[in-house]
Amino acid sequence: MIHQYQLNGYNLVLDVYSGSVHAVDALAYDAVALLDRGLPRAEVSAALQQKYAGRPEGAAAEVEDCLDALETLQKQGRLFSPDRYADHAFDFKNRSTVVKALCLHVAHTCNLNCSYCFAAQGKFHGKAGLMSFETGRQALDFLVANSGTRRNLEVDFFGGEPLLNFEVCKQLVAYARSIEKQHNKNFRFTLTTNGIGITDEVIEWANRECYNVVLSLDGRRETNDRFRKDITGQGSYDRIVPKFQKLVAARGGKGYYMRGTFTHYNPDFTNDLFHMADDLGFAELSMEPVVAAKGDPCALTEADKPILFDQYELLAKDMLRRERAGKPITFYHYMLDLAHGPCIYKRISGCGSGTEYMAVTPWGDLYPCHQFVGDPAYRLGDVWHGVTNTALRDEFKLCNVYARPACADCWARLYCSGGCAANALHATGDIHGIYEYGCDVFRKRIECALMMKAAEALDPTLAKAPAAAANDDCGGDCDTCPSEN
Amino acid sequence: MTHIQTLNTRDMAKSLENGGCGECQTSCQSACKTSCGIANQQCEKANED
Repeated sequence: MIHQYQLNGYNLVLDVYSGSVHAVDALAYDAVALLDRGLPRAEVSAALQQKYAGRPEGAAAEVEDCLDALETLQKQGRLFSPDRYADHAFDFKNRSTVVKALCLHVAHTCNLNCSYCFAAQGKFHGKAGLMSFETGRQALDFLVANSGTRRNLEVDFFGGEPLLNFEVCKQLVAYARSIEKQHNKNFRFTLTTNGIGITDEVIEWANRECYNVVLSLDGRRETNDRFRKDITGQGSYDRIVPKFQKLVAARGGKGYYMRGTFTHYNPDFTNDLFHMADDLGFAELSMEPVVAAKGDPCALTEADKPILFDQYELLAKDMLRRERAGKPITFYHYMLDLAHGPCIYKRISGCGSGTEYMAVTPWGDLYPCHQFVGDPAYRLGDVWHGVTNTALRDEFKLCNVYARPACADCWARLYCSGGCAANALHATGDIHGIYEYGCDVFRKRIECALMMKAAEALDPTLAKAPAAAANDDCGGDCDTCPSEN
Repeated sequence: MTHIQTLNTRDMAKSLENGGCGECQTSCQSACKTSCGIANQQCEKANED
């Protein structure tokens, strides 16, 4: 499968099943399109010579040279490569039974009252509550016992607002550290917080113990305070920004994300990202489209979509400008490591919800992920008895990109791995469905991210240019370079 | 005339042979929590190199 598009002056060709990305001239761009339609080489050559007649690239030798180069790529498995993964998608999921990541809902309560919250102000449409140390400890024991040979175990302190149960967070980290060596495990903790409860003690603890911190801020004061208010209706911006800045500075500016949500009220979300970068000094940024029911005033609309697409392009171009200026910023969805990114198993096995990743409620109930919490139909079991609803787990095991008919023709299928099961359920009533709006946005982001990679590889004004492009085999033994076969 | 510049990318078919260790980060644990993208996850094997 081929996807080709033009963006920011680049003609880009993505060979979906090999993962190869080619930046091509107009002649090669047209040649790929004709070959992809199944036309024989002689017809393609004649069509190109006709289209480019009178121009240097239209000479027969040039056209043939171009077609030779494309043929070589095809022989190397880097163009028109076949889909070899469908069988593995199901085999792999069938034998994978380990759990390696838990989202610990240590607090189903919150000190903010954000009306757009998918978790219904932290209570997940249920009762409020805090996780006890005993329940959390059992969750960690469950994780260790079910993690097989996986060494890296991920635990996210989530809510609601996890810092409302900070003492238990501290106790659980201390417990995990006390058992990880004997089990040959490496716990990686993430704290996701709205910032209200950040103190010097929290900063010291988070920066010592947490591999990653996710700090919720929607951007400009007026954007943030539109939704992120306390129970008295007061916006949170002025209280949280100085705390976030202090935490990030103490952390050395690494291992964090400023994580915002944009809605129908601010489709110009790049202004929020740029505010966080330029006015507040944050460089690691993530901004997500709101998850809201259709008809909700904050829900994104079809009319918003072209605005969002323009915003994503604007962001990509501006990020390249910042790279040139030596002041880069990171946008979560544009982080692609084409050479050392995920292997094909990761790309075909889905997000892992309900199998390697589960959410734990304050009372120890297990759900496929944080977005299913509160829906009794999706309760998997509990941390004492393990997964008892094995039929549901098995349904999630096979919930990957190959199980979704709507993904069959999508060129981005190996970048999203089938998308979010919860979003699919909310949009279609079926975890095997797709959330089309999210897919459209996702594809746009990947197009922008790939364009940035091309620019970084090929634009001599960007610092990364000399190292990033490689048509040649370096002689190493990783699987990055073209196959000889 | 150079018509094609190929970026340095991981060979997906080849990773079928040596991938699948399962040690990489679970996508939703990183930042988004509301959408699924796996392409931006780092390979743990690459980090060991």
